[in-house]
Amino acid sequence: MDWLYILMPIAGVKIFWPGLIILGIGVGIIGGFFGMGGAWMVTPGLNILGFPMAFAIGTDIAHMAGKSLISTMRHGKFGNVDYKLGLIMLAGTVIGFEVGAQMVMWLERLGSVEKVVRWIYVGLLLFIAWTVFHDINKRRAKQKAAEARGEAVDALATGIEWHKTLHKIKIPPMVHLKVAGITCSAWLPIFVSFFTGWLAGILGIGGGLIRMPALIYLVGCPTHVAVGTDLFEVAISGLYGAATYTFKGRTELVAAMIMLVGAACGAQVGAVATKYIKGYGIRIMFGWAVIGCMVSILMKLVQPWLPAYKKALDIGATWLVLGLISVMSAYIFIKMVQGVKQELAMKQQKI
Amino acid sequence: MKKRMQRYWWALISLVLFAPSLALAAGGGKMAPVVIVADTRKLDGLMAWWANLYNESHLQFMILTIIIIPVTGVIFGVLADIVMGWIGIDLKSRELAEH
Repeated sequence: MDWLYILMPIAGVKIFWPGLIILGIGVGIIGGFFGMGGAWMVTPGLNILGFPMAFAIGTDIAHMAGKSLISTMRHGKFGNVDYKLGLIMLAGTVIGFEVGAQMVMWLERLGSVEKVVRWIYVGLLLFIAWTVFHDINKRRAKQKAAEARGEAVDALATGIEWHKTLHKIKIPPMVHLKVAGITCSAWLPIFVSFFTGWLAGILGIGGGLIRMPALIYLVGCPTHVAVGTDLFEVAISGLYGAATYTFKGRTELVAAMIMLVGAACGAQVGAVATKYIKGYGIRIMFGWAVIGCMVSILMKLVQPWLPAYKKALDIGATWLVLGLISVMSAYIFIKMVQGVKQELAMKQQKI
Repeated sequence: MKKRMQRYWWALISLVLFAPSLALAAGGGKMAPVVIVADTRKLDGLMAWWANLYNESHLQFMILTIIIIPVTGVIFGVLADIVMGWIGIDLKSRELAEH
């Protein structure tokens, strides 16, 4: 079975290459569907396959750049990417990220910052999960109330409407974001991107997990546009990240290319699946992904209090992440196949 | 005004290109400043050439990598487009079902 293993030229480790393709397909589907890079899923996956941690991070970023580009292309054709919004937000993200990263340096000088940062991360994920499910419940209540009146709920109705309050702030210059279908002060996306960039900088993460819900609940983007625009940002920052990590010699391009084979198919499946799954369906699944991510971090955080279970918790956290990738990507794939079948059947009926 | 806007635009582009911590924005983390040398003894052909390129010049290695990644992404993306189009999936329009 030697042919199933390939020697990585830079890292010098033998890797089970079908595992790379499977991992690529899984995170490609989830990334294309939710609009995030998914580093929290890929890095532990690559680590399990045998990559040293530094190579796992660099290779993850390299494949993420290619995968997000594919997803952005697909979402762009569906009209899901607001390039104007993406470019405005890019400025805020970069500056916010730098401020966040500098702040971490400053906090490091004061003392141990790592644990505090991880707890902030858990708190933030808890808040995002609460926001998503609170929004879903509020919308369901609206739907029930409308049904009780014998009416149908407006297709564009949302549960949480924070963005409507934020849109009332009319500090010039005002911008009209055609694809997202909103007119607001340019300072709103700049401030939101600065804030999400700052958080990402402090937490040392990609930011898709924060930016996607921020685009929905604070900027007021429709779910599909939030997914597409977020991917556009991930593609740009991913390419930059790939450049710097490669320059530092921590990217295994051969592995990234093998992953891209799977991720290219997965990213297309994920992006096309958004065509068949309604906005709130995406939000519900996103909420579960956030909970999964939060539990996996919690399993690492409680280890100092439960030293006897350290190994079990480590293995549990990794398998939880991998299980989550498998279940979610399988669900998205099935939904996409069902949608395609329905579309093809309707086409045949028209003929 | 136009000149000033142009200046801001170039400042922004420079920031994007040269902000080193943006690598983290792509999901990275901290890493040890250790120089790794690729062992080319067990490699041959393209793999040996690739590992040698890495050992000789990280800059050339980086330039090639960031060219190869998007090009591969686009090629695979177009291929998947062709396959999906051949299946009969409408890849150009999507009705906005809800917010």
